[in-house]
Amino acid sequence: MNYLRKVWTIVWKDLLTELRSREMIASMLVFALLVLFIFNFAFELRVEQVTAVAPGVLWVTFIFAGMLGLSRAFVMEKDQGCWDGLLLSPVDRSVLYFGKMLSNVLFMLIVEAIALPAFVVLFNLPFPPLLPVVVFLSTIGFAAVGTLFSAMTVHVRAREVLLPVLLFPVVVPVIIAAVKLTAGLLDGLPLGEMGHWLRLLVAFDIIFLAVACMTFDYVVEE
Amino acid sequence: MIRVRGLVKTFGNTVALQDVDLDVAEGEFLTVVGANGAGKTTLIRVLATLSRSTAGEVRIGGLDPARDAITIRRRIGVVSHQPLLYGDLSAVENLTFYGRMYDVPALPCRIGELLDLVGLSARRNDAVRTFSQGMRQRLAIARAFLHDPAILLLDEPFSGLDQQATAMLGQMLGNPGPGRERTVVVTTHDLERGLGMGDRLAVLARGQIVYQACRDELDLARLRAIYQSVSTL
Repeated sequence: MNYLRKVWTIVWKDLLTELRSREMIASMLVFALLVLFIFNFAFELRVEQVTAVAPGVLWVTFIFAGMLGLSRAFVMEKDQGCWDGLLLSPVDRSVLYFGKMLSNVLFMLIVEAIALPAFVVLFNLPFPPLLPVVVFLSTIGFAAVGTLFSAMTVHVRAREVLLPVLLFPVVVPVIIAAVKLTAGLLDGLPLGEMGHWLRLLVAFDIIFLAVACMTFDYVVEE
Repeated sequence: MIRVRGLVKTFGNTVALQDVDLDVAEGEFLTVVGANGAGKTTLIRVLATLSRSTAGEVRIGGLDPARDAITIRRRIGVVSHQPLLYGDLSAVENLTFYGRMYDVPALPCRIGELLDLVGLSARRNDAVRTFSQGMRQRLAIARAFLHDPAILLLDEPFSGLDQQATAMLGQMLGNPGPGRERTVVVTTHDLERGLGMGDRLAVLARGQIVYQACRDELDLARLRAIYQSVSTL
């Protein structure tokens, strides 16, 4: 219980900071809506089958918007000189990891909760009831790896360039599974036919949460 | 309480600490003086478990930082060059966050008590980004004292503090509470201030402890002469 309370304390602090500064969610949201709008405008003129490209558009939007948040997650701690304060806390390093990871997931989910209806309306698509589940699982996988790499690159000068270069190759399975599942749901396929993609997503989440939790201590070690 | 033997810390080819031996007994107040780049911050970071030693042995309260870092962190309070405070949060919110991380009992009372002590009660709900440097340093001191640590590691704690706050910090360091002993390690580049506090004084130069003496054995002129000689070696 105490472990979870500490994780929540970090999430509470991040939420409060975000509520005051409105730096992260606002920029992620504006970016996501702009990308959706631009793609919608471009495809309306050229693409006949919008449903064929819509899943890709959705996930490109979410991944790039999420990247904006991830790249700031630890930089904000470092810029404010609070990174050492977190590291001095008498808790297992995995508490810091899960706290920051959950904050990232929460910020991404808030943005996705607004961008997803906008996507459905702009592209005039149906809203499959299971789509939020796919979005949730994919966001966890993306944030699990992203939080680890964000901590890894926080002291690097070229971190804005390095983070996507490191992160994208690793999260390719998440992106592919998310796109395939979204396409299947939009086409009205039963979940049974896409079970292997869903299993891949769940397995990725579990494996990378465990790996990140075990390696975070080494990543933040000076 | 603190025992360091043959401590070496390198960053690539740069040697920050070289063969440092140090003992600080329980309840003792050690002042480490040294010029910029002498290795004071690195020493504090190693003792605070923020940085792992390259070689040598470090024991804090008999514990090894490599194995018992969490227990050690619970016992230490740290004031560093950076205040370790969130600018968008208020003074109370900052202390609440750290207090929860340290499981401080009766936290609201403790926060009120410390804010009174550092003279920030009137600004308790203001965002820290609106504070002056001195006020941030006062709050950083309150943060370090929040969990009533047995060991205090203070890296240049007087930077930005006015005369009143300096006196307040001196009083807080010298008065750990009834029946309690607090071990303190303070670093400073200011010889006069270094000599004015603590039980023992060590001079750090180019990553090495080059001189140690009890405060009573030293006067400012002597310390200056020693400092000058080791700094120009």
